[in-house]
Amino acid sequence: MAITAGIDMGIQTVKVVILKDGAVVGRAKASSGFEPAKAAEQAFAEALQISKSSKEEVTQILATGSGMETAPYANGNVSMMGADAKAGVFLFPSARTIVDIGAEEARAVKCDERGIMQDFVVNERCAAGAGTFIEAMARALEVKLEDMGPLSLKAERASPINASCVIFGESDVVSLIHRQESKPEIARAVFDAMADRISSMVHRLGINLDVVVVGGVAKDVGFVDSLKRKLGIKILVPEYPEYVGALGAALTAASRVKVGQQ
Amino acid sequence: MTELPKEQKEFWRWQEYHRVRNDRNWKNKDVITAGVDVGSVGSKAAIMIDGEMYAWAVTRTGSNSPDSAKKVMGMVLEDTDLKQSDIQYTVGTGYGRVNVPMANKAITEIACHAKGANYIWGPSVRTILDVGGQDIKAIHCDETGRVTAFLMNDKCAAGTGRGMEVFADLLQIPIEDIGKVSLSVDEDPPPVSCTCVAFAKTEAIGLLRKGWTKEKVLAAYTRAMAIRMANLVNRVGLEKDFVITGGQSKNIGIVSRIETILGVKTLPSPNWREGGLDPMIAGAAGAALLGKALYLKSKGS
Repeated sequence: MAITAGIDMGIQTVKVVILKDGAVVGRAKASSGFEPAKAAEQAFAEALQISKSSKEEVTQILATGSGMETAPYANGNVSMMGADAKAGVFLFPSARTIVDIGAEEARAVKCDERGIMQDFVVNERCAAGAGTFIEAMARALEVKLEDMGPLSLKAERASPINASCVIFGESDVVSLIHRQESKPEIARAVFDAMADRISSMVHRLGINLDVVVVGGVAKDVGFVDSLKRKLGIKILVPEYPEYVGALGAALTAASRVKVGQQ
Repeated sequence: MTELPKEQKEFWRWQEYHRVRNDRNWKNKDVITAGVDVGSVGSKAAIMIDGEMYAWAVTRTGSNSPDSAKKVMGMVLEDTDLKQSDIQYTVGTGYGRVNVPMANKAITEIACHAKGANYIWGPSVRTILDVGGQDIKAIHCDETGRVTAFLMNDKCAAGTGRGMEVFADLLQIPIEDIGKVSLSVDEDPPPVSCTCVAFAKTEAIGLLRKGWTKEKVLAAYTRAMAIRMANLVNRVGLEKDFVITGGQSKNIGIVSRIETILGVKTLPSPNWREGGLDPMIAGAAGAALLGKALYLKSKGS
């Protein structure tokens, strides 16, 4: 009866997962804001409440995410790639490639059937390959972020935009609006451009089926549709893709507890 | 062009202007040519009479290249006694060069910048760093202004004029002052670590919140961008004399930092505010000059 927790200290959002006997019993998130540690404490308290357990019952807490060093309560850390691989294979045993797209970073992780990471590719230098890109374009289009995906699905073609850079993309979107290009077509162009970048990352690892897409951007139907078209393969998306990092940390915590008990 | 509420100042907005050199005697007027450089951010036009600069204009590029070309051509003709029909040959260049309606020919901005730099600074120029709105180019040329090698970054806003505009707006410092302001710190802080302008913005906000002054943040950003530009110059190979063209040649914070990093002085730019040639019109000037050669060739002389 081990209870473990994973805390994913993302750049934009902090996620917490509570795991009990191999099942998720609580999850919560909070905006990282200026005090991500406080945000994590809040999310942790909320997840505990949902799981109907107390903090004392949680035997092991591991942190992951770009701000993992600042995580409260943590007994240790798990690399983001390790967490992705672990949780990806837990959710889909057939998964061999996990693509994780967060606010400012994107990763493709290759793993084996035990959920152990074997290779990875990261983009952390350019906003055009991460969630920030979609956010900036949604702002320029004056469309709510969550409406971008459904909007793009209405388009039959993509507008020509300079999608190599968020800053250039913003200027282009404004010009396109002046020219009365349709918003769905611009939204489609944004997702196609992102999908282009992500697919070239995946190709660098070699296509290892099945491919699972996780992270906050995986919730975007527009992006997933573009990536499917671009890669020409089936893509699996879990129900709570943004919690996958935290889940991976909680799962790793559980296996460490098990090892400790043996 | 982002539409902002009226009361909000547009810190990124730089000066649009035109100038005619009526202080000279333009008697012969054998060949009148024009160069129109429609950049991603700025549109420039130059009129040359017998290969000498007669008038030029600088304006912001709108959402449509042909309209921007017409606008800047209208500006450059203002206050001259020339009409569009007096111009015998026009060359279009820049990002929107294929969309210049009045052009007889389109030529890449790389060739035009080399030719224009050769005209503005003379035949000793060998290396040109052109910092445009959406790209940066490092160009090598010979004593006639012919391109011998070049490198370019057009994939990323880091180090471009557009990136500088974003920062001017973020820090609420008029774009024409950012160079001076960035040099007002006693010593340069470490450069911002993010090259990506979108990430650097986030980093800058964090630094401001930590209590850094605007000047310090601007210095850290300007330094990072200058390093990036200097790297491009080093990759193409730095050979003296060295000049900087394009809008950022007016940013003293960039120019002085590049000089320090490369350990080389740039040839001083003419003072465009006092009637000197503007380094921003190098591309248009080169286009007008190449236009003259093409016109004479077409006449068989």
